Amino acid sequence: MKASRFTAAHQSMTFSRRMMLVGGAQAAFGGLLVARLGYLSIAQNQHYKLLSESNRVQLIPVPPRRGWIIDRKGKPIAINRSSFRVDIIPQQLVDAPRVVRTVSEILGLSPDEIDRIHKDLEISRGFQPVAVGDNVPYEKYAAIMVRIQELPGVSASRGFSRYYPGGPAVAHLVGYVGAASAKEYEKENKNPLLLVPGVKIGKDGLEKSFENMLRGQPGGQRVEVTARGKLVKELEPKPDRSGQSVQLTIDAGLQEYAARRMGDQSGALVAMDVASGDMLAYVSMPAYDPNSFSDGIGRTEWRMLSGDDHIPLLNKVAQGLYPSGSTIKPAMALAFLKQGIDPARRVHCAGGYQIGNRYFRCDAAHGSMDMHSAIERSCNTYFWATGLITDPEKTTEMVHYLGYGEKFDLPIPTQRFGTMPSPKWLKEKYDREWQGYDSANTSIGQGYVLINPMQLAVMPARLASGKLLKPRLSMVDKLRPASNLDADPEHLEFVRKAMAAVVNGSGTAVGSKLPLEGIQMAGKTGTAQVFRLGERGHQSNWALRDHALFISFAPADAPRFAIGCIIEHGGFGASAAAPIVRDCMTYLFDQQKAMDALAPLEQQWGGTLAERTARLQAQFDAVSKANLKA
Amino acid sequence: MISSAIIPQPLARLPWRLIWLVALICTIGVVTLYSAAGGSASPWALKQAITILAFMCVAIGISYIPENFIKQMTFPAYVAIFILLVLVEMIGFVGKGAQRWVDLGIIRLQPSEFMKPAIALVLARFYDLLPASDVRRWRGLWPAAALVFVPAGLILVQPDLGTAMMVILGGVTVMFIAGLPMWYFGAAAAVAAVAGPILFSMMHDYQRKRVLIFLDPEADPLGAGYHISQSKIAIGSGGIWGKGYLNGSQSHLDYLPEGHTDFVFATFVEEWGLVGGALLIFAFFMVIRWGMNVSRHAKTRFGQLAAAGLTATIFFYVSINLMMVMGLAPVVGIPLPLVSFGGSAVMTVMICLGILMSLERQSRTKSSLA
Repeated sequence: MKASRFTAAHQSMTFSRRMMLVGGAQAAFGGLLVARLGYLSIAQNQHYKLLSESNRVQLIPVPPRRGWIIDRKGKPIAINRSSFRVDIIPQQLVDAPRVVRTVSEILGLSPDEIDRIHKDLEISRGFQPVAVGDNVPYEKYAAIMVRIQELPGVSASRGFSRYYPGGPAVAHLVGYVGAASAKEYEKENKNPLLLVPGVKIGKDGLEKSFENMLRGQPGGQRVEVTARGKLVKELEPKPDRSGQSVQLTIDAGLQEYAARRMGDQSGALVAMDVASGDMLAYVSMPAYDPNSFSDGIGRTEWRMLSGDDHIPLLNKVAQGLYPSGSTIKPAMALAFLKQGIDPARRVHCAGGYQIGNRYFRCDAAHGSMDMHSAIERSCNTYFWATGLITDPEKTTEMVHYLGYGEKFDLPIPTQRFGTMPSPKWLKEKYDREWQGYDSANTSIGQGYVLINPMQLAVMPARLASGKLLKPRLSMVDKLRPASNLDADPEHLEFVRKAMAAVVNGSGTAVGSKLPLEGIQMAGKTGTAQVFRLGERGHQSNWALRDHALFISFAPADAPRFAIGCIIEHGGFGASAAAPIVRDCMTYLFDQQKAMDALAPLEQQWGGTLAERTARLQAQFDAVSKANLKA
Repeated sequence: MISSAIIPQPLARLPWRLIWLVALICTIGVVTLYSAAGGSASPWALKQAITILAFMCVAIGISYIPENFIKQMTFPAYVAIFILLVLVEMIGFVGKGAQRWVDLGIIRLQPSEFMKPAIALVLARFYDLLPASDVRRWRGLWPAAALVFVPAGLILVQPDLGTAMMVILGGVTVMFIAGLPMWYFGAAAAVAAVAGPILFSMMHDYQRKRVLIFLDPEADPLGAGYHISQSKIAIGSGGIWGKGYLNGSQSHLDYLPEGHTDFVFATFVEEWGLVGGALLIFAFFMVIRWGMNVSRHAKTRFGQLAAAGLTATIFFYVSINLMMVMGLAPVVGIPLPLVSFGGSAVMTVMICLGILMSLERQSRTKSSLA
């Protein structure tokens, strides 16, 4: 229609029509709003109710008590000890600088610590406590309690801290616990439990591997809080559930005895039950004190531990790799027997052996040797010569089969398993053919051969039992029946006899006979070259001395236990490692006799392990204090 | 209508149905503010009650003003408010900051608030003066557009997106009812669809953020989307019957921001549920219906258009706020009139209602067209 024809009458009609439209649109909007309201409060009600509840109710996690770690007989290895702690509840804090100053004076906190507390207070959410002191001595706890009235916001309470009765003896076995790091917090999807002061998680060893079992279910104080973190009221608490205990196959007594018997030497010892493959001892020494780690180790202590040439921070059982030395010989012998070498075949040892253009020197001129006497007296010449007339692939395969270089499935965070070289391996790794000197090196456990101390126990255990035993560390894992070794029982018996002669005949370890009536130990010494073959024996420089090794089982005629031991830079296996194994073996049969043997030694070393650990700790503290003053 | 013999004639002639509706809405507001303060009359409920009573009296007072006087005052009032708007802009420019107030010593005036009813009245007056034959001509559009968009532009740069939007929507509604050609509005909608993205790029950062958050509030529930998320939680967790009076955890524990002003509806619905919310929406709807009926029954063109425009102002006030609170519109900072704490919205709506009552009175008393 043309605009000029638009009249008042049209206008009135348009008005009515448009009013209808507007009114209709408004009604539609009203309907839409009510529909939306209905959708939110009926269809989405459950969803939003949940969100509203999670807004309203906050959980202040109450840490569960960590599960115990106990030995095969139920003796505690890691337990919880009641301790005292001091926290600050930011919301109740009045005059923060004064309170923090007073508390840190009472507790004697370092400037670093005070700085940390101030930072934590800044980012904290009102009702969540900020840790001030962990494992506070009773006197300081009491001093805080006396003045608690003038320290608003400070809370002194009893808690639990991890305690390892064995101290350093179990350090590398169980690891230690500590407050979660930022990385661990992220990894657990920001689990709020990890932020609660006093909550410790496994940082290493079994404490780390069994974290899921040990931790338990956190309970919590349920509180109603405002958006700004102000506590409104307390609701019904949610109970916590303690962590489960983890039972190990370890014999805590033997573990501690072995650790003490090793004294100040650097090394590792592993004991196994020959019937089951259960590991009875898992010792790496020297070690740090896990008790002082769980409180947060001081910087000085850390530096002094890292600087020690006996590397107390390294778990030598899991991560130490060593040449096996002559401990490989019983396995070599079994391999020779399997390939049809007559045990009576004799080799003349004139003090060495020529392979290619190189002359390999034996420890002595042993004269005419058969297989039995070659094991007994550890004659290298015999093994060099026999190695050249056998198949190196088959020989090395047998040694690997018996445990050297084998990977074990154990709940230990970081493990290294070493290498058992073979012609095939050499081809793949270094792309070269196996030579006579490779056979020679391998047959005396040198060259590429690298083993870990666990294998030093598995090998004699398998030889002794005739079974393909797998080491087991915790009772959590089911005991799996082991299959028989793929070896002639007569051959095994021959090797066992030869090993018995090493200790009880005219062998290399006759000085380490068991002081027990009717029980004989069988074994094999090993001396692993660190520096250069030919300069064996006494070295004035400790770090250049040979490693001493010893593998054994007892009783020789009806084996029950197997022990492998390595003493770093201990010199001859017979002189350093064998006596330790002898005493540990004695402990398994007669504890009193073993303790009697230990007493004079410890006197000579300046006290028991516990005494020496305490002295070391005092030394750390003194140095740390001196540093602080400087 | 109450018409008992014992009630004096002037009182009986007040639009009681509307007054009861308004009283119901205001009571809901005061009761909710009492709860929002954690069960206390201070600082909001009592003050709000006094404000409402005062402006209620003002509204009833306005209702006695004759339509002709309102008509005559429309242009001068519009010009005065416009000058105030410019003044605010200048003060803001000098003070180097967002400025929405003029401080007159005794009271602080927010001129953009007055602009909402003024725009409805001035357009009504404009189309009242415009001969019917010119409505569909160019001269029927551009002065009206200028009357709307110049002050809207001034408000937008204050910056106050919500009020600017309301001024535009109110003006456009009057233009629509005045009978401007339909294709204008279709074209404008098309242009808006195209211009939206361009406008978006010209927005202030905080405005742009609000729009983005509106599109996906859960993307940043702890940051800028917090308002919408918490408001929806409050409304949704109320369910059908609500959590009970004084039991709203979202508002009482401060999770719901602005629970006494822009998001007062969420505070109310959390405690009174769907039932309470629907009742409040229904009450507002009835008020608006009453306003539309005033327009329909008005006997002058000015009365028709002014009543429709003022009602539209109230409608947009309520619906934009509710859509925002329920997550259907971006957070633009528009309170729920008569319920939210604060005097400006009460004042605007009461002025609207007062003029509406005045128009209603005229339509009842005048027997013939003016």
